[in-house]
Amino acid sequence: MVGGTALTRKLLRDFWTLRGQVLAIAAVVASGVAMWVIAFSTIASLEATQDAFYRNYRFADVFAHVTRAPDRIAARAAHIDGVRTVEARVSGQARLAVPGFGEPVTARLLSLPNRGEARLNRLFLRSGRRPAPGATGEIVISEPFAEAHALHPGSRIAATVHGRQRTLRIVGIGLSPEFVYQIQPGALFPDYRRYAIAWMRRPALEAAYDMEGAFNDLALELAPDARPEQVIPALDRLLAPYGGTGAYGRAEQVSHKYLSQELKGLRASAYVVPLLFLGVAAFLLNIVTTRVVHQQREQIAVLKAFGYTNATVGLHYVQLVALMVLGGAVPGLLLGAWGGHGMASMYSEFFRFPFLAYELQPATVLAGVAVALLAALAGTLRAVHRAVRLPPAEAMRPEPPASYRATLVERLGLQRWLDQPTRMILRHLERRPANALLSILGIALAGGILTVGNFQEDAIDYMIDVQFGLASQEDLTVTFTEDTGREAVFELAALPGVRAVEPFRSVAVELVHGPRRYRTAIQGLPPDARMHRTLDRALDEIPLPHAGLLVSQWIGQQLGLHTGDTVTVELLDGSGDVRHVQVAGMVEDFIGASAYMRTSALNRLLREGPVISGAYLAVAPGQLPEVFAALERRPRVAAVSRRTAAIESFMETMGRTMLVFAFVNTLLAGSIALGVVYNAARLAYSERARELGSLRILGFTRGETAYILLGELALLTLAAIPVSFVIGRGFCRLVSVGLASELYRIPVVVETSTYGFAALVILAAALLSAALVARRLYRMDLVEILKIRE
Amino acid sequence: MHEPATAGAATTDNDVVFRVEDLAKTYHVGEVTIDALNGIDLELRAGELAVLLGASGSGKSTLLNILGGLDVPTRGRVLYRGRELTARDEAALTAYRRDHVGFVFQFYNLIPSLTARENVAIVTEIARDPMTPADALALVGLSARLDHFPAQLSGGEQQRVAIARAIAKNPAVLLCDEPTGALDSKTGIIVLEALDRVNRELGTTTAVITHNAVIARMAHRTIHISDGRIAGVDDNATRLRPDELSW
Repeated sequence: MVGGTALTRKLLRDFWTLRGQVLAIAAVVASGVAMWVIAFSTIASLEATQDAFYRNYRFADVFAHVTRAPDRIAARAAHIDGVRTVEARVSGQARLAVPGFGEPVTARLLSLPNRGEARLNRLFLRSGRRPAPGATGEIVISEPFAEAHALHPGSRIAATVHGRQRTLRIVGIGLSPEFVYQIQPGALFPDYRRYAIAWMRRPALEAAYDMEGAFNDLALELAPDARPEQVIPALDRLLAPYGGTGAYGRAEQVSHKYLSQELKGLRASAYVVPLLFLGVAAFLLNIVTTRVVHQQREQIAVLKAFGYTNATVGLHYVQLVALMVLGGAVPGLLLGAWGGHGMASMYSEFFRFPFLAYELQPATVLAGVAVALLAALAGTLRAVHRAVRLPPAEAMRPEPPASYRATLVERLGLQRWLDQPTRMILRHLERRPANALLSILGIALAGGILTVGNFQEDAIDYMIDVQFGLASQEDLTVTFTEDTGREAVFELAALPGVRAVEPFRSVAVELVHGPRRYRTAIQGLPPDARMHRTLDRALDEIPLPHAGLLVSQWIGQQLGLHTGDTVTVELLDGSGDVRHVQVAGMVEDFIGASAYMRTSALNRLLREGPVISGAYLAVAPGQLPEVFAALERRPRVAAVSRRTAAIESFMETMGRTMLVFAFVNTLLAGSIALGVVYNAARLAYSERARELGSLRILGFTRGETAYILLGELALLTLAAIPVSFVIGRGFCRLVSVGLASELYRIPVVVETSTYGFAALVILAAALLSAALVARRLYRMDLVEILKIRE
Repeated sequence: MHEPATAGAATTDNDVVFRVEDLAKTYHVGEVTIDALNGIDLELRAGELAVLLGASGSGKSTLLNILGGLDVPTRGRVLYRGRELTARDEAALTAYRRDHVGFVFQFYNLIPSLTARENVAIVTEIARDPMTPADALALVGLSARLDHFPAQLSGGEQQRVAIARAIAKNPAVLLCDEPTGALDSKTGIIVLEALDRVNRELGTTTAVITHNAVIARMAHRTIHISDGRIAGVDDNATRLRPDELSW
């Protein structure tokens, strides 16, 4: 009996009759399934790629830096319980000058063993070869940098290594699991044109940095059952006499941290977004199925009268629901596979893997479809249950007129101002408040999603405005190879084109409060700093106190610190010294997380004289090339960075991606808005076709009847718009909290234009739905209406 | 009012509300052609209560729909007070229904979300010279049920609200399609009393279509319709009061 031929034909014809609404619902289901597939296939692909790259290229588990330690110490590190492999390296910073690129480039230099491959953090060679053993001028350069400057094996590049000018020859282009995310420490975005990783044979780097027989960088692989926390204390004890700054595990490794935070964010949103869409789809299916079952009361009764079982009738409607879901799930899967591909290739721009194998696993597909079906069935359970439970005899009788009552507005005595059509609208809405509320919620949800889409752009604009327009206004940041005396300020100020110089001190520390620890740097700034300022939440400047520490809100939260608390400062200069300082205030910063003091107070805390680590420079317009050239000749300048360079390069790469995202987002949210409004309109029409027809017969014009039908829609839509602003802002807050990390915090800033755009899309969806339904009203056959029984 | 009259008989134009000439209506349902009306000639006069009697499918509803401006004929014409109805467009027909016609349907077609009073008001609000909803409802004996919603009224009461709604704008004609079709006989008679009273007190030209021959005995004239044609017209020498009817 199940799915008998005649019943199957009825199924298909009902499906066809409902095609308008099926299309609207399918669009929402498709969006949900697509988001599901995109999220989970991207996560699976990224994780599989990360795992393979880490494993095959032996990404280390623990990392440590020292000032200078003899090689035998590395051998002793290998004997620490739980350590399986040790790789000792020489690492340093250099400046590069790329022909035709007028700005300074910072490079991280890392040693490869003199022969063969490294044991850990191995190089993946995209092209070329490794430097020849003993070769002093040959390097392998990181792939994104090579791409940004069209460099290839054989290219030559001028470098300042530890104060000495040299020419380096590129022999290979490579990648490493250590630098999947290639970002310069302290930068907001990767800048492939101004930051490079370069690998050289160890003897060459030993010679350059006076490190013969010694190392300053250690990478460890642990035994499978060992954990970093067990190894790090012993390692720190071993390295302390050599200027060890404290070893850390993968969790603290910059590239790994970014990648795992991105994956964490993806995983967090992977369920939320598709389930929002599928929830809306379930709501719409509930409306449609309830109406279909209601309209087919007599058919259900006839089927049952002729001996169809309740189960068969129930299954019939379940099949109808399944058909509607699959109508959306199939295009959703295709869209998801396409979108997932796009997402993965976008990720390969930011995370540099040797390969990024996009794979759409059958489990992801099945789960996506299953979740959509489950949501739909949950939404339509009640309607199907009604069909199953309907006693045939009762179904044969016509239903009594629907019950209405006077609305709240009228009970308040305001009916004098309402004409009959308006009373009809209000009473109809009040009769089923849950439906009206859910419709409002559905439309508002669409508006909320639209708001989030543009919010990210608003927030990034705001972050950049505040961080680079208010907090840091310098043109250049100059970092010295080592801390130096204040006379360097006068030397820099004397350079032609430099208008102002503000020195800073930077000290790597670990802040400790109770059981919690946080690794950061204390920035020492002059009390009258103009270029680099500390701001509070209201963007007012917080003056640097005479003594005491200002900490970033983020650090305050992580450590549970409040103004007035005393925090322990462990110096990471290898001395193992510990200080205590009082927290004088909290700083609102969006990028990075630092602590700030007056330079004089910081130097007092460190029991040192007036030394500085670098300086901020203001440069006269048009004079940057001269200043760059002058700095290029100064060996003690370790790095020069231009404030806006990173933003520009970010905007270049991200501009288009953000546009695509905004477009896709608008499309998806638009599908929700259209689905909800159109279904509400269609429901209202089918419920009221008869009474609207009666009114037309009584002499109402098309316009007057359209008012009754569309007035209800207009009310729902207008009520939903402010709600959508609230929901949108809530979503933005969720995104902001979900993505907050020590790297950056996205402020909840939503521009009026973003709200306006969301409202416009909702209105457009409402107008389109209204037009579609009005067309039916226009073509209504009045004679047919009379034949319909109540 | 009681003189014999046949279709096409000479009367003064002032007395004639509807003149129907050679009216035909053909429907195409799929590949089947149905001749619902097949050459009707008829006059309805001011103030009369005419019953159009015929079996199901005889074409009487089609005729009423064309008279009411809900449908257009395939052939022939309808003159309403000397002006051709059949030449008007949709907007003109809507205006005609709005200003001149009152409808009563078999299934009442009340607006469930409006009270009795408001169901009448929805028509008086757009009418040119209406009576008040309360007066219209008093005329059908529903003064006590003004603020009840349709769900709170019996079938007969609902139909009387429909009649009040139809006559409240003081229409020139009242067209009733099986007004008692969904009611038991006792309730049906109460509804017919309301129609009779409206016809007598307001002088509204009333056309009632029914398949119930008993109802014809309260009419001035009975027009028999069969297979889309007029099969005959009877003048009732003696009219019965609705309370004298039974079926």
